Amino acid sequence: MGFKIVKKRELIPNRVSELTIYAPDIASKARPGNFVILRIFPKGERIPLTIADKSPAEGTITIVYLVVGKTTAHLETFQVGDEILDVCGPLGKPTRIEKKGEVVCVGGGTGIAAMHHIAKGHAQVGNKVISVIGARSKDLLLFEEELSKFSHKVLVATDDGSKGKKGLVTQVLEDYLKSHEVKEVVAVGPVPMMKAVSELTKKYSVPTTVSLNSIMVDGIGMCGACRVSVGGRIRFACVEGPEFDAHEVDFDELMLRLRSYVKQEQISYNHFCECHGKEKN
Amino acid sequence: MPEQDPAKRVKNFNEVALGYSLEQAIEEAKRCLQCKNPTCQQGCPVEVDCKQFIYFVAKGDIESAYKTIQETNSLPAVCGRVCPQENQCEGHCKLKPTGQPIAIGRLERFVADSYYAKHPCDALSGTSSCPVIDSNLKVAAIGSGPSSLTFAGYLASRGIKVTIFEALHEPGGVLTYGIPEFRLPKKIVHTELEALKAQGVEIKTNYVIGATLDINDLFAQGYKAIFIGVGAGLPKFLGLEGENLIGVYSANEYLTRVNLMRAYKFPEFDTPLPEGNNVVVIGGGNVAMDAARTALRLGAKNVYIVYRRTQKEMPARLEELHHALEEGVQLKVLSSPVAFKGDEDGRLSSLVIQKMKLGEPDESGRRRPIPIDGEIEEIKTDLAIIAVGTRSNPLLLQATPNLKLNKWGYVEVNPETGETNIPNVFAGGDIVTGSATVVLAMGAGRKAAKEVYKRLKENIK
Repeated sequence: MGFKIVKKRELIPNRVSELTIYAPDIASKARPGNFVILRIFPKGERIPLTIADKSPAEGTITIVYLVVGKTTAHLETFQVGDEILDVCGPLGKPTRIEKKGEVVCVGGGTGIAAMHHIAKGHAQVGNKVISVIGARSKDLLLFEEELSKFSHKVLVATDDGSKGKKGLVTQVLEDYLKSHEVKEVVAVGPVPMMKAVSELTKKYSVPTTVSLNSIMVDGIGMCGACRVSVGGRIRFACVEGPEFDAHEVDFDELMLRLRSYVKQEQISYNHFCECHGKEKN
Repeated sequence: MPEQDPAKRVKNFNEVALGYSLEQAIEEAKRCLQCKNPTCQQGCPVEVDCKQFIYFVAKGDIESAYKTIQETNSLPAVCGRVCPQENQCEGHCKLKPTGQPIAIGRLERFVADSYYAKHPCDALSGTSSCPVIDSNLKVAAIGSGPSSLTFAGYLASRGIKVTIFEALHEPGGVLTYGIPEFRLPKKIVHTELEALKAQGVEIKTNYVIGATLDINDLFAQGYKAIFIGVGAGLPKFLGLEGENLIGVYSANEYLTRVNLMRAYKFPEFDTPLPEGNNVVVIGGGNVAMDAARTALRLGAKNVYIVYRRTQKEMPARLEELHHALEEGVQLKVLSSPVAFKGDEDGRLSSLVIQKMKLGEPDESGRRRPIPIDGEIEEIKTDLAIIAVGTRSNPLLLQATPNLKLNKWGYVEVNPETGETNIPNVFAGGDIVTGSATVVLAMGAGRKAAKEVYKRLKENIK
């Protein structure tokens, strides 16, 4: 009944992995910007993960996750051939993609994987895509090769200077915006990064889209856990997003709400580590 | 009907009402006048033949009573528990003026429970009289709540293949994610679902129609008719300052975490539980009562229901309100929330309330609450649950742009048939009426099923 894992790639050992999952109905409908909700075992929670890529011909979707808590640590124990109990989607509104010229896609951390599908969509309609990716060091950079296949350029920033420019993606972005006529910026990554990008592009008056990673339960508009303030109004990231106009988003509120369950997340993670091995599945 | 003692039950999630014994049921059924022109059946949205089934109960023939109910009602154990019988069958009982109408709901529940207990195989496998399912005549239902289940039960028992598409990982809709265990045990829902499956109904979970597949895909897959029973799931918020603080929840989220995701068993189950010592629930309907009583069972010290009119105007069933008060829920009536306040971590710390008084009646006939100048109260709270209703969920509707909606965003249907403006696409339940009751949704499912059956049968000829 479940959804079989047909391929697993460890992108950063014990930290970030990519799973290719057999889900033909979802694969045939998935568009850039969509996400899926996963529940990996009968006692599991429902978590949203962005679709990083798809292959309708093979009936597969690709997801990338960072091991941050109990569910992702548990998921990391899954191998090729194992089944994920529930995969639901494709959810959320797809990215609005139209031919407009030059688009800069900014990705940070595992957000790079989510950004990949959006950037690819822009390239497919003929936009000139500049990818800007950042991480703490070069070992933690994701999808550089995949992005280079369709990007006009891939610009890199690392905190320690081990690759590309030493510093933040916003510095690379600002340099680029100064000398180019950019029609849109897309940013996916940690909230502080998206907030910084948004502040920067506001200065340069470049329309900017962000994909928000708020906490979700059902992912289909029933609970309101994912609500965010956009332009002073409550919006549901699951059915009205997850992409919004960056210049309207209240990022500080989102950051606070993402901390709703820090205490419980730690308890759950410790509980998993204690039981791990006994209760793998 | 015997009930668990309030002091005990507030510490557990077991069902509050304990149910009749056989003797109690027979004694109650014998009070029935067996009227020549009974009115009870008219009061029932799914037209249960109350007089006939009560006749069988009085004789102790539970099997015949069950079969009588099942002819029109696919979910008797659920209905016996959650229907507002006081406005329906019991409200139409000729003994109503005496103040002692026949307890039809309790009898229905007794019949379903006893039948399932004594004849689990029969209830689950169906009987030899069940028709063979003709797979060429297949229809689809979207959503697996009471309206779709009734739609499916009616058609399956008449030999038509029904596939139900459910977006969540467990079927049942509001019966599963919304109504708590102590009011409707999950095993009851499970039994009724198994009985439907035994009749040949197929349930596919994790299918979001409008996302995974759309209506055109379903027709292309050969479904002859489609029933939309997706409910009105999008929770309303109040638009107040501080509403996005940590600790402010919709009732849908709170109940879904507890019921569907079993957060009360955290960390054995992964979904975290919203914890609260001083809980405020905003709203006065059945959902507000469910949320308040759930919070008590999860260990809250104080649970307040904040409502802007008085106890008399509350839309909740009397029995639900009565149970809530017995268990220790405190009412803050004539109180209208004006703002949520939080601490520096963005966590809820209090709710500010404007005290109200009742003025002249408004369009709904209820006296309009008006603020009393300067009377502001602040309640310390760490968990607020908003239960002021829902709106229509945009997901399927946006994916079906040619589907005609009314001005409130609900699906418009032909009142006679339940058909939408798209031929052979039907709809019923909360997505048509807005938030209403389980049994009204069931009635709508039944109406659409009758029409679908008629059309498919005409086509065979």
